[in-house]
Amino acid sequence: MSDKKLAIIATKGTLDWAYPPFILASTAAALDYEVQIFFTFYGLQLLKKKLSLQVSPLGNPGMPMPMGMDKWFPVLGTAIPGMQSIMTMMMKNKMKAKGVATVAELRDLCNEAEVQMIACQMTVDLFDMQHNEFIDGIDYGGAATFFEFAGEADITLYI
Amino acid sequence: MADFDQELDATGLNCPLPILRAKKALGGMTGGQILHIIATDPGSVKDFEAFAKQTGNELMESKEEGGKFLFLIKKV
Repeated sequence: MSDKKLAIIATKGTLDWAYPPFILASTAAALDYEVQIFFTFYGLQLLKKKLSLQVSPLGNPGMPMPMGMDKWFPVLGTAIPGMQSIMTMMMKNKMKAKGVATVAELRDLCNEAEVQMIACQMTVDLFDMQHNEFIDGIDYGGAATFFEFAGEADITLYI
Repeated sequence: MADFDQELDATGLNCPLPILRAKKALGGMTGGQILHIIATDPGSVKDFEAFAKQTGNELMESKEEGGKFLFLIKKV
């Protein structure tokens, strides 16, 4: 029906910020968009075979915490060792309880829907990452590769 | 409730899963067939309207019954 195109740049590598690119890409694909996601810098974490994404309450005053902790818990306390793992675990449990898909599940759905994923080769090199750390079926390219698709896209998002 | 050809239970699933599952189910159906979707995500009411509008599939019915959201979509 639609022959629209959506281009996304995914730059963040935390559990919470993994959602917007994959949710929008999979949904757009379901609406018959052609979709490409360009993963750069920390966004490369979203392409790892073994996802180990975390969410941090540190420096994130907007993050709701149990027992209203976001209102009274000292900011410095959110830097306590183990705090990040605890918050990540709680976030994952909450998501499961609310029927929110896992990042891996959404990524699989994107793959199934033929969303094209491109890893920024420059940042792969910068972080000394290897191609075998990433899921199969992705391409590697640079800014010019992104513009080849984005130049014809109806919507372009930087996340 | 009108007749339908296939049913999709999307209860307990949250955005965007009901839409993605519906898209997949419709993909396996032929034109003119009707998909019945049961969802619990309140956001799905607006989302299925938008889905139908953008994909051309017809949203024949959208209603709430006992805390569940029921949709009938006819494949284009």
